[in-house]
Amino acid sequence: MIRLTDIQRDFQVGDQQVHALRDINLQVAAGEYISIMGPSGSGKSTLLNMIGLLDQPTAGHYQLDGQDVTTLSDEQQARTRREKIGFVFQFFHLVPRLTAAQNIALPLMLAGMPEKQRNQKVQMALQQMGIADRAGHRPDQLSGGQRQRVAIARATVIGPAVLLADEPTGNLDSAAGTEVVKILEQLNANGLTLLVVTHDETLGKRARRRIHMIDGAIEHDTLLQNHTPPASP
Amino acid sequence: MKTRDATRFAFDALRGYRTRTLLMLLAMSIGVASVLVLTSLGEAARRYVTGEFSSLGTNLIIVLPGKSETSGGSPSLLGGTTRDLTLNDALAVSRSALINHMAPLIIGSAPVSVKNLQRDVMVVGSTSSLLDVRQWRLGKGRFLPETDITRARFVTVLGSTLKQELFGAKNALGEWVRIGDRRFRVIGIMAAQGRSFDIDVENVAFVPVAAAQMLFNTQSLFRILLDTRSRESIPRAIAFIKHTLRERHQGEEDVTLITQDAVLATFDKILRALTLTVAGIAAISLAVAGILIMNVMLVAVSQRTTEIGLLKALGVPQRQIIRLFMTEAALLSGMGAGLGLLVGQTVSSVIGYFYPALPLGTPWWAFLAAIGVALGTGLLFSLLPARRAAQLDPVQALARR
Ligand SMILES: Nc1ncnc2c1ncn2[C@@H]1O[C@H](COP(=O)(O)OP(=O)(O)OP(=O)(O)O)[C@@H](O)[C@H]1O
Ligand SMILES: [Mg+2]
Repeated sequence: MIRLTDIQRDFQVGDQQVHALRDINLQVAAGEYISIMGPSGSGKSTLLNMIGLLDQPTAGHYQLDGQDVTTLSDEQQARTRREKIGFVFQFFHLVPRLTAAQNIALPLMLAGMPEKQRNQKVQMALQQMGIADRAGHRPDQLSGGQRQRVAIARATVIGPAVLLADEPTGNLDSAAGTEVVKILEQLNANGLTLLVVTHDETLGKRARRRIHMIDGAIEHDTLLQNHTPPASP
Repeated sequence: MKTRDATRFAFDALRGYRTRTLLMLLAMSIGVASVLVLTSLGEAARRYVTGEFSSLGTNLIIVLPGKSETSGGSPSLLGGTTRDLTLNDALAVSRSALINHMAPLIIGSAPVSVKNLQRDVMVVGSTSSLLDVRQWRLGKGRFLPETDITRARFVTVLGSTLKQELFGAKNALGEWVRIGDRRFRVIGIMAAQGRSFDIDVENVAFVPVAAAQMLFNTQSLFRILLDTRSRESIPRAIAFIKHTLRERHQGEEDVTLITQDAVLATFDKILRALTLTVAGIAAISLAVAGILIMNVMLVAVSQRTTEIGLLKALGVPQRQIIRLFMTEAALLSGMGAGLGLLVGQTVSSVIGYFYPALPLGTPWWAFLAAIGVALGTGLLFSLLPARRAAQLDPVQALARR
């Protein structure tokens, strides 16, 4: 589903060239569960942003569902992002003035869905995340774990094919982190392709396929056969 | 995205940043209000002045001695002499069927006294027609007699203030007053009618024109006031007057004719220009409001960087981000303009309450202009911040907290 070919991403910092990504070749099939690990500055976030079409490669090709997406216009890229890709961030990035329900409804509203239909979907998502009783609360009235669950609901409410999570538990205590991982894995079990960037070894090892990055390049890419993660993370 | 949702989203954003919203509303409404108040004051001045001019009388033609020309030297230097306007000139001119009323005018200053009470006032020598030409109102008694105007009769009509000062509450009709070195019998009192544009009617003694000629020892008239039967006959009447007086003055055109229309039109033009100028100055405050809006919008964009990054991550194209910010700007300037209308009208009515004489009233074009300029500046100055928001790099926007 995702095919990266010879992807480069260079940043110009003053006179210096920073190679954030070097010769990345990667293929991801639908429904995979991949963890991306590596030292700080190794290019994990850059890779995730590239896959999420938030960043453009300096060189190389990116095919999503067989379509070359690097050459698309802003409008078309936005559309692809809206329909196929969901993001979950370390810092949640909820809109502070909107309630949990409104935050979840945001992508539906931006897509122009009528309010009635929207409310139905939001209700379902709230239920699925176990935060139905928090629908009317604003982000500052929610715990970190609840915020991340709202963020996951928002990322998945439109029904994307891929969920990109950049250190989704990085800002949570272990209990809340466990909750969030459970939800993510549940979504993956239902067919969603899941890519998780993490510094947490135990979390990283739960994924069937593990990518290790160093200095902008993929160092290892291991796919475990007959892998079944521990029942409780 | 549906328009209603976009509007609600923008509205929520405005509510979310209360201080900046209130600040911008304030700037916008002050701009709009000042445009409205200043134009309504300008319009009031224009209406006041033109109203005063209209009160001179309708279809008025004023004849004055001497040719007033804007070019060339003074007539006497060129050898032409200015002839006086005489009563006979006035009578000749009034003979036309186009002329409705004719009132010759001699004006001078003289002491008016009763026993040991004395006032120095303006003495106006004229005829009974003056009342019709100027549309003044008589209080008591009669106005000047309708007899042969070349005959001097020593009767006078007093302005209401003058009468009060000389006679107090006592009856003045039939009493004698001394004007200059002659005695006049009081035959009428003017009604109180406020200050007229040129003559303070309340403080004047009217006498027959021939009596004024004797009093001031002059044959020449100060003015001849004429009014025509209709507005349409003014040009023909002017031609007739010019022709008649040229013949009577040995072929020289040595009088100046002023029509009320011309004066009115000139004043109207000047005052309208003044109103526009004042409105223009007020519009500068709207431009200032616009610049303030741009600044606050730029701050808003940097305050909401993560939100914009998030919108992009959720698949909002640049065009739609611009639209969202412009909706905010439109809401802001729209509400600001509305508030400004309210404030402007309130200030206007407060001014109107304290100065009832001012015919206040904001012209319709000022409403349109104020709202138009408010929306225009609001949107124009938000274009740059909105574009900046749309062009934000989402990765960097989301990277920072
Ligand atoms: N906008 C930018 N300008 C310049 N250099 C950049 C930019 N973004 C990333 N980089 C550089 O690219 C490299 C990869 O950055 P990236 O954020 O992908 O690392 P990361 O693996 O996610 O690190 P971390 O674990 O700390 O999040 C780093 O060396 C970083 O300094
Ligand atoms: Mg990172």
